[in-house]
Amino acid sequence: MILSLKWLSDYVNIDNLTVKQLADGLTMSGSKVENWRREDDGINKVVVGKILSVKPHPNADKLLVCLIDVGDREPLQVVTGAVNVKKNALTAVCLDGATLPDGTKIKSGNLRGVLSQGMLCSLSELGLSGADFPYAAENGIFLIEESCEVGQDISEAVGLDDTQIEFEITSNRPDCLCVSGLARETAATFGLPLSLQSPVVKGSDGKISDCFEAQIETNLCSRYMARMVKNVEIKPSPRWIRERLRASNIRPINNIVDITNFVMLEYGHPMHAFDADRIKGQRIVVRSANLGESIQTLDKAQHDLISDILVVCDQEKPMAVAGVIGGQDSGVSDSTKTIIFECACFDGASVRKAAKFLNIRTDSSARFEKGLNPICCENSINRACELVELLGAGEVVGGTIDVKNFQPKTKIIELNSDWINKFIGIDLSQEDMIKILNSLGFKVDGKKIEVPPFRIDIEDKADIAEEIARIYGYNKISTSIIKGQAMGGLNRRQKFEKRVNNILISLGFSEIFTYSFISPKEYDRIQLDEDSDVRKSIKIKNPLGEDTSIMRKTTLASMLNVLSHNYKNRNPLAWLYEIGKIYSQDPDNGLPEETKRITIGCYGNCDFQAIKGIIETLLDRLHVDKVEFIAASGMPFHDYRCAEVLKSGKILGKFGEVHPTVGENYKMSSRVYVAELDFDLIYDQVDENLTYESLPKFPASTRDLSLVCDEYMTSAEIEKVIRKNVGLMLENIDVFDVYRGKQIDSGKKSISYKITMRNKSRTLTDQEVDEVIDKTLKDLAEIGVCLRS
Amino acid sequence: MQEQILKIKNSAAQEISLCKDLEQLVSLRVKYLGKKGELSLVLKQMGKLSPGDRKRVGQLANSVRNQLENALEEKMKNIKFAHQQSKMRSERVDVTLPGKKFQIGRIHPLSRVMDEINNIFIGMGFSIVEGPEIETDHYNFEALNIPKNHPARDTQDTFYIDDELLLRTQTSPVQIRVMEKQSPPIRIISPGRVFRSDSVDSTHSPVFHQIEGLVVDKNITMADLKGTLKLFVDKLYGKDSQVKFRPHHFPFTEPSAEMDAMCFSCQGRGCSLCKQEGWIEILGCGMVHPKVLKNCGIDPEVYSGFAFGMGLERIVMRRYNIDDLRLFFENDVRFLSQF
Repeated sequence: MILSLKWLSDYVNIDNLTVKQLADGLTMSGSKVENWRREDDGINKVVVGKILSVKPHPNADKLLVCLIDVGDREPLQVVTGAVNVKKNALTAVCLDGATLPDGTKIKSGNLRGVLSQGMLCSLSELGLSGADFPYAAENGIFLIEESCEVGQDISEAVGLDDTQIEFEITSNRPDCLCVSGLARETAATFGLPLSLQSPVVKGSDGKISDCFEAQIETNLCSRYMARMVKNVEIKPSPRWIRERLRASNIRPINNIVDITNFVMLEYGHPMHAFDADRIKGQRIVVRSANLGESIQTLDKAQHDLISDILVVCDQEKPMAVAGVIGGQDSGVSDSTKTIIFECACFDGASVRKAAKFLNIRTDSSARFEKGLNPICCENSINRACELVELLGAGEVVGGTIDVKNFQPKTKIIELNSDWINKFIGIDLSQEDMIKILNSLGFKVDGKKIEVPPFRIDIEDKADIAEEIARIYGYNKISTSIIKGQAMGGLNRRQKFEKRVNNILISLGFSEIFTYSFISPKEYDRIQLDEDSDVRKSIKIKNPLGEDTSIMRKTTLASMLNVLSHNYKNRNPLAWLYEIGKIYSQDPDNGLPEETKRITIGCYGNCDFQAIKGIIETLLDRLHVDKVEFIAASGMPFHDYRCAEVLKSGKILGKFGEVHPTVGENYKMSSRVYVAELDFDLIYDQVDENLTYESLPKFPASTRDLSLVCDEYMTSAEIEKVIRKNVGLMLENIDVFDVYRGKQIDSGKKSISYKITMRNKSRTLTDQEVDEVIDKTLKDLAEIGVCLRS
Repeated sequence: MQEQILKIKNSAAQEISLCKDLEQLVSLRVKYLGKKGELSLVLKQMGKLSPGDRKRVGQLANSVRNQLENALEEKMKNIKFAHQQSKMRSERVDVTLPGKKFQIGRIHPLSRVMDEINNIFIGMGFSIVEGPEIETDHYNFEALNIPKNHPARDTQDTFYIDDELLLRTQTSPVQIRVMEKQSPPIRIISPGRVFRSDSVDSTHSPVFHQIEGLVVDKNITMADLKGTLKLFVDKLYGKDSQVKFRPHHFPFTEPSAEMDAMCFSCQGRGCSLCKQEGWIEILGCGMVHPKVLKNCGIDPEVYSGFAFGMGLERIVMRRYNIDDLRLFFENDVRFLSQF
C-alpha cells in the first residue's frame, strides 16, 4: 500500500510530525512502514522558466537557442533540440548542476559552439507522463500551463512535492489498505483529531430504478449497489485528483475511471464504472459464469470462463469478472454519456480463485481477497457520486440500486478491563481504554464495545486487548520472567542423539543436512531393483520439480549426492554423516511413518575395515554390545564388500563399499563407503546400566597364532572355535595380520590372531594355557585350519 | 697405613675426575671401593693396628670411602647429564614444520546454532519436543486458526501429499499436539524442519528450519513474553542487546508481534547487515489465541500463554556472514570445515 502524505494530511493534521516520526509511530502501532520517498527524489535545481526568445542555432539546423528568464538572475541562454518551444511559454529548466530522476546531471557547456547554460526538460525527463499532464506534448519540452511563478522550484510548481509512504499491511487489516484507514490509525497513534466526512450527494432528476434493476444469483456476493450518472462528459480529472492518484502509484485515465480509483484508495472499497448505454437489457445479474462463456477484459485479453468464476452480466453476457476486472465492451470510453457505478461485495476466496485462474491481479482483486464488509459499500458509492458533482463530470440520477444478500449485524464484545490488564501485564484505567477504542472507531457504551463494520478482524476480547496494547505501545509494556517451576532439558532419546553426533564427530565425520525429498531417478542411480520396496515412496502432489518430488525412503542417495558434489569439487576426502529421516506409508496409522537414520559416507583414506571399525566404535561407545556382522549384498553395495550389522537377530544397519556402477552413476571413480543405520533400533538396544568392573589383579597370558585356512573361510568361523575352546579365560581376540602370497599355498590365506587370556582370581600357568591352545588347534584342524609353518 | 689410604684417595679422586664414561666409572668403583678393591685390601690389614690407631684409621677410611662415593655419584650425574644433553641435541626438530594432521569432524552450522538456541531455552526450563514432518491439514492449519481459503494459506505455499496430508509449513503443529496431550504448565520449544514450495535461490529453500516455543500456564502475560524473549536475545547476542516489539499478525496469536533486535554489527547506526535499518527482525510472537487454546481443550478463562517462532537459517546466516542459503544443503567440506 502506497500512501500519499498530502492526502493523509487532508484528514489528520500531521504538520508537527516529520515523515520519520510518522513512519516510526505507525510502524510501532502496527502499520509497518517499509520506506518512503519524495516524488521529486533525484530532481535538483530544476525551476520554472519563461522563454523570452527563440533563435536558430548558427551552426546546427536542428537546434534552437533560447533566452530563458529564471527569475532571480540574468536570463540564461539554453540550446535545445525541441521543436515545440514558444516565446512566452513557461517550461521546466535545468540550471547548471541540476540532476534528474534517472541520474542525469546537467552542466553548462558549449553545444556546437554556442553556450548553453542549462537544459529544457520534457515530461518524461521529470519522471512524469502524459497521464499526469494530458495537455503536454509527449515529444518535446514540457510547456507548463499551470499557475506558477517564474523561478519557482519545479516540484512545487507541478505538484511533485508529495511523499509516498510504502506500507506492509498485515492480512488481517484490509481496512488499512486505504487512505481513510491509515488516517484513522495515524489519528489514534498520535492522539490527533480525525476529520472524516460522510459524502453528500445533491442528485438530479430521474430514477435509476426506471432504467435498471439488479439481481444476485449466488451466495458469494453479499451486496450489490449501483448508481447512475447521466450527461457524463469524459475528460481528464483536475490536477488535484491526478496528483493524488499519481502519488498512490495509480495512473490517471479519465475523470470517471479516476473517481472509481480515487474512492477505492480513499475508502478501500473497489468500484467499477460501466457504460450504461452498452448494457443490454435492464437487468444486471451477479452469477457464476457458465461454462463456454468468455469475456474480453479491459486489458484486451480474451478469457474463457469456468463456473468457479463470479461474473457481473447483462441480459446477454458477462460484463465484468466480479471484483477482478471489467470487460472491454462495457467499459467507459471517450464517448460514454451515461454510466453505472458499481460498488459490491464479493466473496474474497472466490475473487482470489478467479484472479488466480485468469492470472490477473488488480488493486481491486487484492482488496476483495482480504475480505470487505458489505456495510462499507454505501459510503463509497455515494462518495463517487459526490465527486462526480464536485468535478462537474455529470448529473447523478436519483435513487440507488441496493441488493442486500446479508444480515447486517453489529458485533458486540464486552469490555473487561481487568482481564485486559492482566493478560497484557499493564495497568490502564477503563477510561483510557475507551479513549483508545474510540480513536479506532469503536463505540463503547458502558461495558459494550461495538465493533465498527470495517474491522472484520475483531472477534473477541483478545482482539480488543491487542487494539489497546498496540495503541498504548508494545514497548511500554514492562518485561517480566515467567513464574512457576519447570523441569526442562533433553529427554533420553535426545541425549542419545547428541551422543551419536559427538562420537561421529570425534571419529572424523562432519555433519550434513540434505533435503527430505529426492528425485525418483535416484532409485535408478543407486540401482535399486524395479520391484524394491524402497521405491514405494510417498509422492508430493505439487512438487517444485521431479528432482524434489518424492519423500525419500533411503538416505543413501542424498549422501551419495553430497559425496559426489565434494568429489566434483576436487575435495581430496570427505567423511560425512547425517542423522535424518526417511518416510514411508503406514496403512495402520493416519500419518506416514518417519524413521531416523544414521547415514555415514566417505571417500578418501578409507577402506572396508575402516568403515567397519567406525561402526564398531560407534556401537561400542553407545554401549550396544554383542553385535554380529554378516556378509550381505544388494544395491547400492559392492557384491562382496557389504555387511549387515545385527543384534539379537535384528538388522541394525547395512554398510560397505559402493558398487562400481553406482559410483559411476554419481561420477565418482574413487572407492566410496556408505552405511545406513536405523537410529531407533540402535537406541532400543542401548544398555545404559553401566557398572564399574574392578581392574585385573593378575596378569594376562597371550598367544599369537598364525593360522592358514581356505580363502573363502571367514574369520568368524575360526573365532567361533577359539571362543568355544578358550571359554571363560578368553579376554580378547584380535587379528593383527592377514597374508596371502608366496609363503603359503595358493587358494589359502593366513590370519594371525592374538589371543589374550586371563583368570580373575589367579595367574594362569603356561601349562593350562598351552593345553587350551592345543585343544583349539585340534578343533581347528578338523575344519581344515592349521598352524602356519 | 694412613698414608696408604690417602694415596688411594688421591689417585682415586684423580681417576674419577678424569673419567669420561659410565662403564669406566663402574670399574673405578670396583677398583677402589669394591669388596676386593684397593681400600678394602688396605683395611684388611687393620687387625695389625693398636686399638687407638684402628679407630683413627677406621674413621679416616670411612670418610675417604664417603668422599669417594660422593665423587663417584657426582661424576655419574655429570656424565648422565652430558649424555642426555648430547642425545637431545641430536634430536633437534624443526618446529616450523607443519604439525601432524588429525581428522576431526564438524557439527553443521545449522545444528550448532540450533543447539545454542535450544540450550538457552533449556536453561529457562523448556523441554524440546519434536513432531511429524508430514502433517495433517488439521494440525498444520485448521487447529492453528487458519481455515481453508484463509489468505495465510497462499503465503505459505504448501506441498501436499493428498487432500489431507501435507509437508508441514511450520513447526506450530507440534504446539497443538503438545497442548492436546499435556495439561499446563507447558514450556516447550519445537525445533525442526519445515517445507514451503519456494524455488531454490540464495535466500530461499523448499526445506528450512524453525524453532518455535510455547508457554501455557495460569497468569501468563504479554510482559512475560517480552521478558522471556528479551532474555533469549541477551543470551544469543550478548548482554546489552536492545529489542523492540512491533505489532504484527499471526492467525494463532492475539496480540501478535514481531521482535526486532538492535543490529549487533552497527549498534543501530545502520549497516549492510541490517539493510541500513539499524534493527534486525528476529522472530514472530504473540499471546496464544484463546480459540487455539480452546481447540486443544485448554480453558482460556483459566490459562493463558505465549508462543514464538523464528527461522533458523536467517539467524545462522547473519551469525557467520553467510550470503547464500544453498551452502547449507550443498555440504561442501570446505564449507563445513569452517565451523
